[in-house]
This record gives sequence, structure tokens and C-alpha cells, in this order.
Amino acid sequence: MALNSLGRDIPDTFAGKKLTPYRDPWSLQPHAERSTRAIRRLTHNGSKLVGGLREAVIAAGLKDGMTISTHHSLRNGDSLLNDLVREIDALGIRDIKIASSSIHVVHAELIPYIRKGVITGLECGVNGPIGELISKGELDCPIVVRSHGGRARALICGEVPVDVAFLAAPCCDEYGNFNGYYGPSACGSLGYAQVDAQHAHKVVAVTDNLVPFPAVPIGIPQTVVDFVACVPSLGDPKKIVSSTTRITTDPIGLQIAKYAAMVIRASGYVKDGFSFQTGTGGISLAVAEHVRDMMRKDKVKGSFGCGGITGYFVDMLEEGLFEALFDVQCFDLKAVESIGRNRKHQEMTAGTYANPFNCGSVVDRLDCAILSATEIDVDFNVNVNTESMGYLLHNTGGHCDVAAGAKLSIVVAPSIRGRLPIVRDAVTTITTPGETVGVVVTERGIAVNDRLPELKAELIRMRAPVKDIRQLRDEVYAITGVPRPIEFEDKVVGLIEYRDGSIIDVVRQVRR
Amino acid sequence: MTGYQLRRSLLYVPGNMPSMLQNIPLFECDAVLIDLEDAVPLNEKDAARVLVRCFLDQYKVRNKEILVRINGLDTKWALDDLKTVLPGMPDGIRLPKADSPEIVERLDTLLTEFEEELGLDIGHFRILPSIETALGVINATSTAKASTRLIGLAFGAEDYTATMEIERTKSGEELFNARMRVLWAAKAAGIQAIDTIFADVNDMDSLRRETELIKRLGFTGKCMVNPRQCDVIHDVFAPKAEEVEHALQIIDAIKRAREMGTGVISLKGKMIDAPIVIRAARVLRTAQAHGLVDIEISEEDIYGTE
Repeated sequence: MALNSLGRDIPDTFAGKKLTPYRDPWSLQPHAERSTRAIRRLTHNGSKLVGGLREAVIAAGLKDGMTISTHHSLRNGDSLLNDLVREIDALGIRDIKIASSSIHVVHAELIPYIRKGVITGLECGVNGPIGELISKGELDCPIVVRSHGGRARALICGEVPVDVAFLAAPCCDEYGNFNGYYGPSACGSLGYAQVDAQHAHKVVAVTDNLVPFPAVPIGIPQTVVDFVACVPSLGDPKKIVSSTTRITTDPIGLQIAKYAAMVIRASGYVKDGFSFQTGTGGISLAVAEHVRDMMRKDKVKGSFGCGGITGYFVDMLEEGLFEALFDVQCFDLKAVESIGRNRKHQEMTAGTYANPFNCGSVVDRLDCAILSATEIDVDFNVNVNTESMGYLLHNTGGHCDVAAGAKLSIVVAPSIRGRLPIVRDAVTTITTPGETVGVVVTERGIAVNDRLPELKAELIRMRAPVKDIRQLRDEVYAITGVPRPIEFEDKVVGLIEYRDGSIIDVVRQVRR
Repeated sequence: MTGYQLRRSLLYVPGNMPSMLQNIPLFECDAVLIDLEDAVPLNEKDAARVLVRCFLDQYKVRNKEILVRINGLDTKWALDDLKTVLPGMPDGIRLPKADSPEIVERLDTLLTEFEEELGLDIGHFRILPSIETALGVINATSTAKASTRLIGLAFGAEDYTATMEIERTKSGEELFNARMRVLWAAKAAGIQAIDTIFADVNDMDSLRRETELIKRLGFTGKCMVNPRQCDVIHDVFAPKAEEVEHALQIIDAIKRAREMGTGVISLKGKMIDAPIVIRAARVLRTAQAHGLVDIEISEEDIYGTE
């Protein structure tokens, strides 16, 4: 065991791998080459089509102990990963590691396959019941949670060698060119899949929409695709994209958004060249509404919006408020429709978006970003991975990438959820280090990190409700009481990897 | 500047909802009307008044005026409402269905008894009566003068339209006469005039139009049912830049005139009398609440020294 710089106990090894404790967001330098894969000469002419998913598994040469990946752009509508594991099991293959970009609630169907040893490791964050069961000690399956940028880094550096990537391809030709723009399972940007396509040893494009060659525009090219497998369906299109991304009407959420907008105004970044990222939550969109009003009023021509893209950002692009959108994943149908026709709506890979070991990531060009939180502590550390009971229920997404890259990262959250304090002494799990968080905005006030004294002074001048974060915590505790610490066993069930590969925290089994 | 309390926005908060009560300090309205009347079902009247009392007890550092809407004085709950909540020291009582001056006088008497019992100055608790029936509108002039505790007259359109057996519309022509009667009564008595709620919380454009209308008529504030309406109401009531500039010039002129010992005050050739100074001070107070100016105006600035 070793303490990392945030005081968290980090084991020396986990699942056979030696660990590097987190030190700070910036200083760790890579000692690796870009991963490579064997050069192959295609011997079959004209078509890479195989009979179906089972034939694809066989053709790709998947064997016991290998690592596979899928992408999560189909989100809770995805059926590919479930179907794939079923076929792998039917073929008697065991001890598979899954290194998908994320796992959602729909993938709870994998639980029996974890129990019977088909799946023995998750090199990815999880959303939903699998993480909860692992946290409870009911499933034995080590998890490594990475941010979007961190996952791209791990694949590109060869730290997580993906043997076969099975990539959902909503619009694909028989020679393996594909995009996510069209078809019954259209999901827009394939930003995560692009990293796998470039770095996996074998790549299978799985489609429910085979089109005549060439499938243009080409998102992922034939040059990296080994096989094309047709399936009846990639999933439930209704759940692929959420059309319920709406501005909150909750007065508390709107108050938080208003305060966040004050912070953005006070930062002085809203001027020509302004760049901005926000999420899909109701509060984030309410902040975006304020930002749009500011930009219109001040006649600001922004540089770019980025991250997961919503129709909201599409409207701002089309209104001329931004020069471009960088899109790693589309969050609604309007964004899907836009990326297929507007060249200023630019698809980007997860590596381009947020890999810290790049010659430059898009997050490093961000002025302001709005981030959410499950918990925030008095050192500005943020948890988005574990819930109040200590269970691992969420993936990191781009949280720590954006916080590190953006000039001003603003965390928005209600100070109380239900009866639970959100601002507290210490977060259950550190996802994002406080040294990369600029401001915490709650409905009870705005806490500014001491690293930004000028911003704090400007907010006070604007009569914004600026409070010390400890004062915020005390106000919240006065209402909710001090939360009783969650009790954990010693056993580590998951790692929370910082974007550079060091270990920022671990998830331990919850004591029951 | 004493004697003028800003009441642009008065938010109704149900007295039986702990989650809403807990958030009262966060809302940016000028006053809160904690409701024990219409928002609270009959089987929750007891629990609600206890809950409100507990809230008042713990909400010590207050950042806004707190009025409690009790049940009508003709109901069996009113006395218990007063007995329970007054020791929690609300700023005043929102009196529903103030149909006549006698009802206000009765509440005044009750409040005096409670103040004596609690050892408070007589007149400590204020009253904001609600004019919300045809009879109440007819009697508004005398009701407005029924007690020195009155801080204003509030118009309640929902009950008013019910008693008139008419539909309330977004354009509000049907309310025009009643609104004017309430306004005249309030202005004649020198107290504030507070307009009714606008019920559609999703229609901000219509809320803006109605608030602009009632501001033009002379109302000084508006009740609301959702904190989301606050921004629009405050925005409408925010003084325009030229109004603020003019008010600053008036206050500056009167200060200079008093320093010179002259009784005649003029600005750009126009005489300035007391009502103009009072109005200018009110504009500046409102502007200050909006963060448009940073100025302290004393009673002396407005009225001079004896």
C-alpha cells in the first residue's frame, strides 16, 4: 500500500498489474511508444462479409484470455455487447476481458457470464447494476475505471491491448467503410470507436444496415477493418439517443444555473473566440441557455463547443454563435442529424478530445466547462463514480479530462439530494482532483478555489453569493446532519484511474 | 432609507412542504407568503402550522420578509394558526378574504393581545390583507385605513373571479375595475398595492406583459406561485438607467439645496417638491436592490431635518 498525494490508500498491484499512485494532474510523463498491430495483406477479394456475429468471433480468432471492446454510442439501446458475449459463451471461450468505452444498465445481461467465468475483467467504467454487485462482493470481476481521455491513452499506449474490437457500424459497406450518421441505429459521432479501430489487433464492423460500397462519408475506413458482420439489429433505436435532454424547470436547478452563468460572466471568457463545454443535464442546459443569451447580447462569435453534443449546441452553431462543434458522441437526434450534413459539426476521436499524452487535446483549448458531481468535498475534489451507499454506479466520462484541460471548470450540483449532503468533508471516491476544479456552484452559494483569487474578487464585486466551501458544507450539514461514513472491507474491487494512468482512488467492497 | 420596504415579488410557499420551506432562504424574492390556507388540505392544517413554526424558529438570520397566510378569521383554524406561528416571529400576517374593515380590526385586536403576551411592542406584527371578493373590492377604501399595521393591500384575482362567476383570462380585462379600486384604496391610504398571482408558470411572456401592465397602473409588487417567476418580475420592476440617473440628480440637488439653506429646490429649471424626492428615493432603493447603484440614502436626505 502507498498513499497517493490526495491521501488515498493505493495497493501496489491490482489484478496482476503494478500501480502508480496519483501525484498531480500534470507531471507524469509517458514512457511508451504508440501501440502497433501486425500488418496484414488482404487475401479475399471484394468483400469482408462473414456470416454473422458467431462467424465474426471465429474469423477474428478470439481465444481464451483475450480482450474485446465495443463502443457505447448506442448507450442503453445497445444489444451488440450482450449478443456478442452470448456467442462467445456458446463457442466455449472463457476468461475474456471487456475493454469497452462504457457499460450501461442494459448490459446487466452480462451478469450470468461474469458468474460463469466467461468475463473475468472489466477494463472500463460501468453504469448500473454490474458495478453495484461488484461493490457488494457478489460478483468477482476486477474493474478499472478510466476517463474518456484516459481510455484513449491506455489503448494508444498499448497499456490495454484490445485483441478484437467489435464496433457497431450503423451505416456500413461490405468492404468495411462505415459511419454513424445513417440507418436505423444511427448514433452520430463514433468518437470512441475510432480509437479502437486504429489500435485493436483485429476490427470487426457489425452492422444492421449494409449499404452498397462506398458508405460515405467515411467515418472509419476500410483500411482498418478486418471483417464485416451483419446482424438483424444493433439495438433499440429509441434508447440509443435520448430526446429528453431538456432545460430544468426546477427552481433550485435554475438558481444554480443562474449562479453558474454569473461565474462565466465574471470570468471574462465570453468574448470572441470563446470555447465552451456543457453536459446534457437539465442544469447544464440551463447554463447553456444563459451563455447563449450572453453571446447574443454581446455579439460574441465563439470558437467551438465540444464534448457530447446536443441539439442545443447545434442550434448555437447554426445561429453562428460558434465556429465549429467538436463531437465525440451525439446525445440527441438533432445532433445525429446535424453531424451528417454540417461540415462545421466535426466528429473527433476520444484521443483528439482528451488524451493527455497527445501533442494537444481539444479539452486543452476549452475556456469554460460545466461539470456535474455526485459529491464534492472541501478540497474541491469531486466524485462522480460512487453513490451514497458506496456502490460503483457510474463511469467517469470526460470529467477529469475536461477539468484538467479547461481554463475554468465549473462544477454544478444541488447542495442536498434527498436528505444527503452533496458538499461534504470528504468525497467517498475521488474522480477529479480538486486542484483542477475552479468553482463549485450550488443553490446556496458559489465557492471559488483559492487558485482563482481574481475571479473570486470579481464575483464579490458583482454581488454574487460567494462563500467559503467550508461555510457551504456547514450550512448543508446544519440541515442534513453529518453523514455517517460508509463502512468498507479491505478488498479492492475497482480502480479509479486518473487520465494519465496513475491511480487517484480505489473502490472497496462495501461492508454489509 | 427607512419607511419603504421593497416588495416587488411575494412568493407563496405551501406551509405543508418541508422541502420548499427549507429552500426559502435561497429564493431571491423580496417576501415570502407561507401558506396555511388554500395550499394546505384540511387533514394537514395541524401539522402544517407546527412545521411552519419550527421553520420560523430555525430561520433566524432572515434575508427576506416573512408573512404567514393564516386561514380566514371566520374559520376554526385561524386562532390556532396565530397562536402557533406568532411566537416564531414572522414579520406579519397575510389576511385572506379581507372583505371589510371590521375583519382587519379584529385581526389587529388579536395581534395586540399576542404582542402583549409575548412582550413585544404593539404594532410589531404587520398585516397584508387580501382583497379577493366583490364585497372586498367595494370596501377596499375603508379596509385600507382599518389599521396602522397595514403595509399594503393585495389583490387576489383567483377568488375574485370565482365570486364574480367569471373566467380569468391572460389579457385580464375582467380584472381592470377591481384592480383600480384596490389601487386607489391603497394609494389613498399611503400603503403599497400588491397585484395577484399569474398562474401559468410556463408562460413567461404573458407574465411579463401582465407585470408591465400592473407596474404602469401603479402596483408596487406582485405575488407569485413559483420562484421561476422572480426574474421576470424583478426585471420589469427594475428602474431604467435614465430613471436612475434622474433620481440621482434629484437627490444630489436636494442635498445641495439643504446645504445652502434654501427652501426652493429646482433641477434643470423644474421645481422639485417632496413627492418627487420620495419617488426618487424609491427608485434608488429599487435600483440598489438590483445592484444598479451603490448609494445610501438617509431619512434626512429625503425629508431634511426639523
